[in-house]
Order: sequence, then C-alpha cells, then structure tokens
Amino acid sequence: MAQSHPRTLDGDGLTLPPQTATPSASELAAGVGGAGSLSRFAGGELTNRRQRSLWGDAWRRLLRNKLAVIGLVIVTVFMVLAVFAPVLAPYGQSEVVDYRLARYDPTWTWPFGLDANGRDMFSRILFGAQVSLVVGVLSQVIVMLIGVPLGAISGYFGGSVDNTLMRLVDVIYAIPQLLLVLLFVNWWGPGLVNIFLAIGLVGWVTEARLVRGTFLALREQEYVNAARVTGANGVYIMLRHILPNSLTPIIVALTFGIPTAIFTEAALSYVGVGIRPPQASWGMMVADGSKPGYIQSDPHMLLFPVLAIGLTMLGFTFLGDGLRDALDPKGND
Amino acid sequence: MLRYSINRIIWFIPTLLAMAAVTFLIMSVTPGSPFDPSAGNGVNPETIANLERLYGLDRPLPERFGKYVWNAVHGDFGVSYHSRPQTVKDIIGRTFPVSLQLGAMATVFAVVIGMTLGTLAAVNQNGWLDYFSVTLAILFYSMPNFVMGFVLILFFVVWLPNHGIDLGLPVGGWGGPRDWILPMIALGAAPLATLARYTRSSMIEVIRSDFVRTARAKGLTENGVVVKHVLKNALVPVVTLIGPIFAAVGTGSFFVEQVFNIPGMGKFFVTSMQVQDQTMILAVVLLYGVFLAAMNLAVDLIYGLIDPRIRY
Repeated sequence: MAQSHPRTLDGDGLTLPPQTATPSASELAAGVGGAGSLSRFAGGELTNRRQRSLWGDAWRRLLRNKLAVIGLVIVTVFMVLAVFAPVLAPYGQSEVVDYRLARYDPTWTWPFGLDANGRDMFSRILFGAQVSLVVGVLSQVIVMLIGVPLGAISGYFGGSVDNTLMRLVDVIYAIPQLLLVLLFVNWWGPGLVNIFLAIGLVGWVTEARLVRGTFLALREQEYVNAARVTGANGVYIMLRHILPNSLTPIIVALTFGIPTAIFTEAALSYVGVGIRPPQASWGMMVADGSKPGYIQSDPHMLLFPVLAIGLTMLGFTFLGDGLRDALDPKGND
Repeated sequence: MLRYSINRIIWFIPTLLAMAAVTFLIMSVTPGSPFDPSAGNGVNPETIANLERLYGLDRPLPERFGKYVWNAVHGDFGVSYHSRPQTVKDIIGRTFPVSLQLGAMATVFAVVIGMTLGTLAAVNQNGWLDYFSVTLAILFYSMPNFVMGFVLILFFVVWLPNHGIDLGLPVGGWGGPRDWILPMIALGAAPLATLARYTRSSMIEVIRSDFVRTARAKGLTENGVVVKHVLKNALVPVVTLIGPIFAAVGTGSFFVEQVFNIPGMGKFFVTSMQVQDQTMILAVVLLYGVFLAAMNLAVDLIYGLIDPRIRY
C-alpha cells in the first residue's frame, strides 16, 4: 500500500509525531530498559511492586475494544482448530468417505457435506486451516528474519549501505508482490514449503521499508544520543534502545502480514499453482467447488471454504486494527 | 515541478531495466519450456531444438536479454511461445482493453460509492449511517477479492433466485452490462472500503478545524459548509490513495477474471503461467510495472496541483 509520497523525505510515508514534552509509555519503558543496570541494584522490592507495564496496558486497551475481542476469538479458534486438526477431524485429509456419495449435502454426520471425490468437507476445512496457519506464520517468520535486520541496518547507519539496500528494495517493490510470488512459485514448483518461502522472500521488502523508516526517525531521538555519548556501540543501541521502541509497527505489520499470506496461498492454490492436490487447501477447495455446474447444484462445496477464508481474514483484520490502537497510546481518540 | 517529473521519469528507466532483468532471470532458470512435449503436442526433440534456435533460446543469457530489451524498446515483445504464431502484442492488445474496462469500472465504482459513504459517515458521525458504512468498510476491506467474488455469486446467483428473487445475474462471462456488475463490485470492494475509511477520517479532521467553525459562524448553510469547505479540503489526502488503488485493482483482476471467467489479461496471464509462456509473462509483468509507476507519478503530480502547499 505504501507509495512514495512527496512530502516525506524517506519516501515510505512513515512519519513519527514530533517529540512532545510528555514521553509516551513506550519511551518510558525504554528509559527503564536503558537504566536496567541501575534497577538491578535496587533490590527485589521495586520489581515486585505491582506496576502497569506497557504490555499490560496494551492488553487492557485491547480487551476494551469489542471488534478486537471478536477478532481475538476468531483467531484463537482458528489456531486451535489448525493445531489440533489431526485430532479433531473425523476423517483424514484425503480420505474418501464414500465415492458414491460425492457432493452429498450437509447432514448431521457430515456437517459441511462431502466434496466431488466423496471426501468429508469438514475434515478438509480443518486440515486446510493447518496449511493456512503454517503459511501465515512461517512466511512472517522469514519476513521478520530478513526485513527487520536489513531495515534496521539501513535506517541506523544510513549512507551508502542504506542507498544500496534501498535501491534493491525499490526494484523489488516496483513489481506487484503477488506477481513476484507467482513467478517464484512457478520457478520452484507448487508445494507448501515453496509457497511460504516465496511469500516470505517477497514480503520482507515492505517490512524492511517500515523498520528503516522507524529506525531513521528514532536514531535522532535524545535518548539514543545519550546512549551514544555514554559509549554504547551501534549494535547495543539498536538492540536495547531503538528496537524495543519500534516493536509496535513491527508487530502490527506482522499481524496484517499473516492474513495477507493466508490469502496469497489461497489465491495461488485457487489458480492451481499452490498446494499440491491430495493435501487440503482452502483455495483449492474453492477452485473445486466453483467448477462449472457445481455452484448452482452443490453450493455447499463453495460456501464452506469461502466462509473459512472470509472469517479468518476478518478475524485477523479486527485483531490487527485492535492491536494497532492498543499498542499506540498516542493515536487513541 | 517539471524538473521533478523529469527526474522521476529518468529514475524510472533503471528501475524498469532491473525489473526486466529480475523477471528475465527468474524465467530463464524456471525449469520447463512451452516447447516441452509435456506442455504440448508431443513434438520430437529435433523440432524443439529447432524452435529454440528460431527464438534464439540457444544463445547466452546476456545476449538474449540485450536483444529482448532492444526489441521491447522498439515495441516488439516477441511471439507468444504457447499461442504461436500470435505475437504478444496482439494478445495483450486483445485482452488488455477488457481488463482496463473492468478496472476502470471498479475504480469508478469504488471512488463514487466509497467517497459518498465516507462523507455521509463523517457528516452523520456516530449515527446509524456512520455505523453502517464503517461496518461495510471493515467487511469489504478484509475480504480478498476472489472470495468476495464467490460471496457475490453465492448470494446473487444462487441464494436469491432460490428464494424467488431472480435478478438475472450470470455466474460469469463478458457479454453485456449484466455480466459487468458482479465483477465490478468484487474488484472494487476493497478499494471502496479503503476510500470510505480515509474519506471519513479526513473529513472528521477537517470538520473540527477552525476555518469550518468560521464558515458556520458567518452563516453558511450546512450544505455549503460541507461542500465548499470540508469536502474540498478533506479530499486532498484521499487523492494519494488512487495510486495504491490502481495497484490493488490491477493485481486483483488476475483472480476476479478467473472467478467470473472474463477474457482479460489477468486470466490470460494465469494461463501463461500454467503453460510457461515466458514471453507473455515477461511482457505482462513489465506492462504492470510501467502502468503502476505512471499512475503513481500522475498521482504525485495531481497532488502537487491541487494542494498549493506542496512544492517539488
């Protein structure tokens, strides 16, 4: 979504509010972290005192937000179903219940009906959730492992390192991400591993731009100067002072990254370059259910995977929106 | 402003070259070719070798890339490997207008409805209209376009007719206006939501500003205030969204065209992907790159024109 905007110098549309007289909660937290060596001498009393931590505050704010709670519930249910799919599913993911009952309508025995091969839709939806979860989480792990360090180095050191990295990022960014993922998957062939690798290797670019922008703005802050003056080296400053303060945008970006990855996998599987057939995937189930003729005669084959994708997306979006508001006390109305 | 635009355009050339190089490289290491027996009609190895020689595929990679760029600059994107003897230009010339029409309709739909909803929501803040449009925006925003397409099909083509209300909307195709409605909504829904959200928050910010209070104080009617003062100022930041919206509509068309069986470039691209039609893939990627960059530049320039505070 980010596009170059003429007003911001770093060209990624990320501007931090100017320093205000009252430091935000996150800045205070960093102050405490920075003085960690001192509090060690203060003994147990200080740390045992009930204090409202940054995370505790954020959690309370999150729970006050109705939509965020709905999102949290949906995401939790999705994760539990995905993780325990092998236990919960009445049938195996490609187990044929009865071929003669192909496309059987939903009943009490098979709540989501049977698909064109006579397989239990409910079980396949559960196994599909597993695929979605793996793709969503692992792709974001890759995004984080590449995007955060590169963005941090680029933003903190600036200069020629920054220039080189950002030129590379610009080139990758110029190609629509979905197209690039398609190209990668086309190159490596379909399959679960290739999909989350491709999504991760394309998606880090956005993350790197985001982290770079945050680091660029934060390295000019006074507490960073103070740390530098006291002789802290670059790596220490980045890890102990700047990174904790950039966690909010990183966490929010990852929360939105997971549904994007899930959607990408579903879309790839839908057009037939995603998950390999015997394995269950929501996108592929959509493709199966939308074959000519099936839509009108057996809408259940399309309805349930569509609902599964839609609900999951909705859950993550609610949660992401809620997290953004909860973690950023400045932006609260 | 002129200098800025020239600068942007000059910078775009290396970016485009690099984009072409990346795509070219990926395509060249991708196993399989459209001439593989498995991909087509069981031609013998000698014929394949001849075909590869004909299209210069036996030459070293840098030479092929140089030749490709040289030809592309002269408007020649080669022959589609899969649909020989049609040229890539012919195919794009045939399919792109379809995608463009769909994209334009979706964009207009998103802009008109999205901005209207956003404006109504802001003016009636915390009223039922506000809640309605905010809820709609969230639903549309989080729904991927191909899922949206199927939700629409399930509702309008399956559920409603089964309950006695037949609007006569088809499952797919691209014959007449009836076929255009559902794809347009599916493709435009997400941008519509983004626009409604931004318009709403931008309007609310302007409504609270001093000059609006002044306008009210000097006795302007509520409509006059909204149209002349609020809307005009609130729309400025919204214009920056048009770039990303084009991107969303552009890539979204791959899947929406697949869902509704529309003979556009997106559907053709997916087919090219499945049959390893390298010249087609390369040309489509480049076309999207140029299109998006041009749109982004246009948006930045328009932004400078309508907001006098911005100088390049």
